[in-house]
Amino acid sequence: MTQTSTLARGGAAGSAPPRRRPRPGRGPGMPGWVVPYVLLLPGLLVVGALTLYPLYQMADMSFHKVGLRQIKVNNPAPADFVGLDNYRQILGSDLFWSSLRNTVVFAVVAVTLTLLVGTLVGLLLDRLGPKMSTFVVVGVMAAWATPPTAQAIVWKWLFDSDGGAVNWALNLLPDALSELLFGRSDWSGQPWLNDTSTIYLVLIVAVVWASFPFIAVSVLAGLKSVPAELYEAARMDGSGPLTTFRRITFPMLKPVFSVLTVLSIIWDFKVFTQLYLLAGGTVNRDAFNLSLWSYAEAFSSPPKMGLGAAIAAVLTVILLLITLVYVRQIVKSEDVR
Amino acid sequence: MNPLARRRLGRIALNAAGVAVFVFAVFPVYWMVATAFKPDDQIFTTKFVPFPSPPSMDHVSRVFTKGVAGHSIWQYLLNSTIVALSAVVIGAVFALLAATAVARFRFRFRTSFLILLLIVQMVPAEALLIPLFTMVRRLGLYDQLAGLVLINVGLTLPFSVWMLRTFVAAVPKELEEASWIDGAGRFVTFWRVLFPLVAPGLVATSIFSFITTWNEFVYALTLIGDQGKYTMPVALQFFVGQRSTDWGGIMAASTLMTIPVLVFFLLVQRRMVSGLVAGAVKG
Repeated sequence: MTQTSTLARGGAAGSAPPRRRPRPGRGPGMPGWVVPYVLLLPGLLVVGALTLYPLYQMADMSFHKVGLRQIKVNNPAPADFVGLDNYRQILGSDLFWSSLRNTVVFAVVAVTLTLLVGTLVGLLLDRLGPKMSTFVVVGVMAAWATPPTAQAIVWKWLFDSDGGAVNWALNLLPDALSELLFGRSDWSGQPWLNDTSTIYLVLIVAVVWASFPFIAVSVLAGLKSVPAELYEAARMDGSGPLTTFRRITFPMLKPVFSVLTVLSIIWDFKVFTQLYLLAGGTVNRDAFNLSLWSYAEAFSSPPKMGLGAAIAAVLTVILLLITLVYVRQIVKSEDVR
Repeated sequence: MNPLARRRLGRIALNAAGVAVFVFAVFPVYWMVATAFKPDDQIFTTKFVPFPSPPSMDHVSRVFTKGVAGHSIWQYLLNSTIVALSAVVIGAVFALLAATAVARFRFRFRTSFLILLLIVQMVPAEALLIPLFTMVRRLGLYDQLAGLVLINVGLTLPFSVWMLRTFVAAVPKELEEASWIDGAGRFVTFWRVLFPLVAPGLVATSIFSFITTWNEFVYALTLIGDQGKYTMPVALQFFVGQRSTDWGGIMAASTLMTIPVLVFFLLVQRRMVSGLVAGAVKG
């Protein structure tokens, strides 16, 4: 088995040796207290220059009118301060509510489905024999490893109106059943990628397909770290499979679940690549989510960088609030001490 | 039904579910590869052609010889490789230094730095696109692969440090102390003692950064305008036409782009899980 108890091991690496008190000035050469700061310097510079400073700049731009003349390389015109105008403009736009709705509804549905499918597959992997389990794990790896651009393109092809395998498969359904389920029996030429709601349907399928493997493998690793005696004891006491899951498996895996949930929410909230490719760029304004809308405002002509930055700021604030939950979870588990 | 038959039935049901999951996960990837090897008349048809019969190398050889948008696909593969390898090497050096600091020393702001790393990882890359775009232009790095390298170092470094520090912490400190006692300086100790022991972890971390950089799309799309400097993910777009899409060509190119990732992925998947969910489960 390849993936046995990786979680336990990941955790143990951080906690195994009882750490000694620091003794400043130990070791040869440079005075001891300087060394860590010198080592950190390049990393801090990168994080500062490529994340923190741009974050500040994003906030700053969101209060300014930044167009073509302001982003010229030579003699850029100074940007006019416009106060909260950009934010007012966003909140007043029809696109705000539709893209916020798209962002949130997509995240809720995709996260729920990903966690559900991933957990079920994780539980399944735990009960399969070693050979079968390895076989399935290698299979789900293929879905996980496919680059996001290739994911989008493959699903676009599967849902193609003419040559797509999905329409072909739907046509295989007995007409009566298809009629009962979807109210139609002929799927030939069904254009999935013209309409916002069906674009998001395809997006959900593609994202769930690509992200359930991570959940499944993590849940499996978590399951392997639950002591077998607990299950033994539960069986002795006559507990059924559902009660066992509710009373033992779920509580033991709760920390894993909360981290996985937050990570999935964060990933799905800002989905860009797959949506950009499935929606065919920025032509379909109905299909915007917050990140695609921000991109569209800033990089179509004429560029409205300030407005785009304000949308990005809204997205960032939402995500950082969710991140706080994640950080608290990690800090609570003492891994940063 | 007797218990034995019931258990066997249960086993069969479980295995059937396993096969179903396998098919769901693998079919789209298989379909990508299969389409790449189908001649056009087996692609543009409403019939279902389960596998290319006979397989044709038309699309694969076409993307190499005739190329995409005037450039052979070699060019895009090369651009992607240059960006990914440079970002990985620079990132690995910086990450190793920072990880050593965090795992080996106790200093003020250590916890703050770790929390900063966690938060920074969660800032959406898409949100920083606008300020980084203006910054890259001001530095004269627009349309330069170097600009993409810089951006990708920034995107991957926080996670690399986070992942690498557990590997550094796992090396017993006594080894370094012994080296000091033998009179070796800090640098020699680092290079001769710590580095070889952390190397496997460094490889795993680097592969992860490689995959992230190789797949990166938004920045490559915005920071490069010159078609000859496109990376693979962006070059794929050329196959999508206004009226019709060259499905055979795009599937051949997608397959070529996916192969290195898939290989690397199987090498590091175990560590990726433990890195991402580190600390969630404690024995």
